[in-house]
Amino acid sequence: MALDSKTPNGSVADKWTNHKNKINLVNPANKRNIDVIVVGTGLAGGSAAATLAELGYNVKAFCFQDSPRRAHSIAAQGGINAAKNYQGDGDSSYRLFYDTVKGGDYRAREANVYRLAELSANIIDQCVAQGVPLAREYGGLLDNRSFGGVLVSRTFYAKGQTGQQLLLGAYSAMNRQIGRGKIKMYNRHEMLDLVKVDGKARGIIARDLVTGAIERHSAHAVVIASGGYGNVFFLSTNAMGSNATAAWKVHKKGAYFANPCYTQIHPTCIPVSGDHQSKLTLMSESLRNDGRIWVPKNIEDAQAIREGRLKPTQLKEEDRDYYLERRYPSFGNLVPRDVASRAAKERCDAGYGVNKTGEAVYLDFASAIMRYGKEQANIKGLNADDDALVKKLGTEVIANKYGNLFQMYEKIVDENPYETPMMIYPAVHYTMGGVWVDYNLMTTVEGCYAIGEANFSDHGANRLGASALMQGLADGYFVLPYTIGDYLAQDIRTGKISTDLPEFEEAEKNVRTQLERFINNNGTHSVDYFHKRLGKIMWNKVGMARNAQGLNEAIEEIAALREEFYNDVKVPGTMDGFNQELEKAMRVADFLELGELFAKDALHRNESCGGHFREEYQTEEGEAQRDDENFAYVAAWEYKGKPSDAVLHKEELEFNDVKLVQRSYK
Amino acid sequence: MNLTLKIWRQKNAQDKGKMVDYQISDVSGDMSFLEMLDVLNEDLNNKGEEPVAFDHDCREGICGMCSLFINGEAHGPDRGVTTCQLHMRKFKDGDTIYIEPFRAKAFPVIKDLVVDRTAFDRIQHAGGFISVNTSGNTQDANAIPIEKDNADKAFDAATCIGCGACVASCKNASAMLFVSAKVSQFALLPQGQVEATDRVLNMVSKMDEEGFGACTNTGACEVECPKGISLENIARMNREYLVASLK
Repeated sequence: MALDSKTPNGSVADKWTNHKNKINLVNPANKRNIDVIVVGTGLAGGSAAATLAELGYNVKAFCFQDSPRRAHSIAAQGGINAAKNYQGDGDSSYRLFYDTVKGGDYRAREANVYRLAELSANIIDQCVAQGVPLAREYGGLLDNRSFGGVLVSRTFYAKGQTGQQLLLGAYSAMNRQIGRGKIKMYNRHEMLDLVKVDGKARGIIARDLVTGAIERHSAHAVVIASGGYGNVFFLSTNAMGSNATAAWKVHKKGAYFANPCYTQIHPTCIPVSGDHQSKLTLMSESLRNDGRIWVPKNIEDAQAIREGRLKPTQLKEEDRDYYLERRYPSFGNLVPRDVASRAAKERCDAGYGVNKTGEAVYLDFASAIMRYGKEQANIKGLNADDDALVKKLGTEVIANKYGNLFQMYEKIVDENPYETPMMIYPAVHYTMGGVWVDYNLMTTVEGCYAIGEANFSDHGANRLGASALMQGLADGYFVLPYTIGDYLAQDIRTGKISTDLPEFEEAEKNVRTQLERFINNNGTHSVDYFHKRLGKIMWNKVGMARNAQGLNEAIEEIAALREEFYNDVKVPGTMDGFNQELEKAMRVADFLELGELFAKDALHRNESCGGHFREEYQTEEGEAQRDDENFAYVAAWEYKGKPSDAVLHKEELEFNDVKLVQRSYK
Repeated sequence: MNLTLKIWRQKNAQDKGKMVDYQISDVSGDMSFLEMLDVLNEDLNNKGEEPVAFDHDCREGICGMCSLFINGEAHGPDRGVTTCQLHMRKFKDGDTIYIEPFRAKAFPVIKDLVVDRTAFDRIQHAGGFISVNTSGNTQDANAIPIEKDNADKAFDAATCIGCGACVASCKNASAMLFVSAKVSQFALLPQGQVEATDRVLNMVSKMDEEGFGACTNTGACEVECPKGISLENIARMNREYLVASLK
């Protein structure tokens, strides 16, 4: 099947408006007869469910947590971008669009990105109207800060808990509709298959995680908003339950999976402390506004620090290598995430790492504390030469800005970051790849949509900070509710979809067989044992830097591990009740397929771009070397039974409004 | 560290349940409490026993999914943290640790340490929102200036993660701290004024209906709250409730 992005004609700035004007509408009376399933209730799914219900559709929403308020969007810290230009620093929809396309290393679809930038300002208005308490200045107006990869201040925030506040906003909008009976909420439910009737998505098979009951749910359209697949690495910043199952099941039912190898490695995570580690904790990128990143200049000092003979605070200014400021003078510590991550890895690989395992760099607030302290002393008319006083005042400013992050760091690492620099290292964070969708956010399965992190569309090969929240909410509040009407307008005479259709029966039977297989397997190793092994292969050979040899090895190793998993995994308990091991087994089974496709995608893309760094393709200075002539396309994979047989389809990317150039942050 | 764990095991809501002893060795201080339970579960799994069910998700203190009553305290001995942020360095070699679910009539046990906290959701359905269309056709965000102090206070109230530690710590299993946090957030913002009367009346009445107890100003909820939600919110809710009742 040829990929049709259905991008509207006209200039990039007019596309969305023109498209909306021509889109098919559904009469309010008919909306009452149409059911929509939304899988996942984070920023994208929650806002979509609320809006669709408000428009009049009957919504059934599903989440695996005990409440939609727990979706992992809640953990996003730093902020949400919006081209409001409240600061008057020259921001505009075009600039946000430009920064995003450039930040994504020119591998995103222009029209989608422009729409995202255009809608960004509305998101802030919407959230404020819902009572989301975003940070304010003393004048009562909204405050902004700056994030990596941009030169304007367009990030709105609520301390270090922006995701929480925005998610609770979407959740409250959902609550209103649940209270009205327009959303039927299914907590602790997991989607385990998509049901297609006559080629169209018509429902799902879900498992009630408390009773174990396997349920059939029908609808006129199915929306996948299940987030990303970073947990394929086992260790990531994702929540423990974040999984690929819903997205992977629709892929197996005909939805193409795009750019799986585009994974964001976030530069500011707390380093791994030992083998018991279950998950990684991110420190917001906003810290790079004030923190300076460095490692020792001399390898002997790095060695001494690792062995505990030297403290970082004892190292003189001239013995420190502020490598981001050195390499990228114009963006400094605020280079985009992929650039910052690779630079940290480069220093650590060269032997300058500062923790026991040599996999950490410093994020230092000492100079920011003194700078802010001096400013405060001047404002308050106090002695700006009194270092102790200045330090105290500066510490207060930093505590106000990042207090909860510093506290979190101290709890985990047991060191006070106000006194000694934080240690950070890159970790798997966000997946830019996902289910392929057209401009209407529909997958290659008719009637099946994918929104938020679950789709591939807006970030290209790298996501800039504070853009994930923006995409989730734009898709859910403002894009999908329009575009889905275009499709549903053909369904007003369809009537209720029966769950007695043979397609439901067959899908249910398949799900049941898979569950039974795990329960009866009686192998020797736990699910986590296999998941951790998959994670090691992924991190070592498909991680921050990849090469053809490693990728070929990874593909073989993952296929072999998958076979071992099915032969040897042990899942205790039964399937007719609450069984967390069984839940994990079903998810890891999907990761074991996705991981292989991920490596296959990385192997075929003979270039470096954004979060995909192939060691064979780099400039003399160690920067990513794109190949626009051969790879300016979206790689969309069609499922053909197993990952090694997946067939590649290409959506050529056209750039009319942004000129493709080598990204430079120097 | 070597530890003795006394863990509540209960097959399902109907089962009677009992405390069961487990020994665990080689626990490192860098592990989180939940990672320690992961190690125990791996061990149980390898021995062919069913692992201990417990709720958890983000493991960075924000989703509110993790619970656990540890040595008689919600989220354990450390202050201002959730169980996932509690580290084993807070315990000593040879310690015995009691691990129980968050017990409350309104939080029925699902299995082992997992309880059903959806009563909180149902209270929110009764009024924990501002009735505004999600079309984006609202006025410009800066057209509603909000005094920084009020915005900050609203934010502090809004940081409640809905974990239920307040209910578990209260001798009356009261949900006042949780409900008051939501009522306060909206009471402090101009957008929340229009529906203020109905909101507080409906949410409080739903809270009672769900079987949560009354508040007797003991303050245990505030002490055990991982997010430091203040008792001030309860005072504010009482005021809101009184005003609404007189209307």
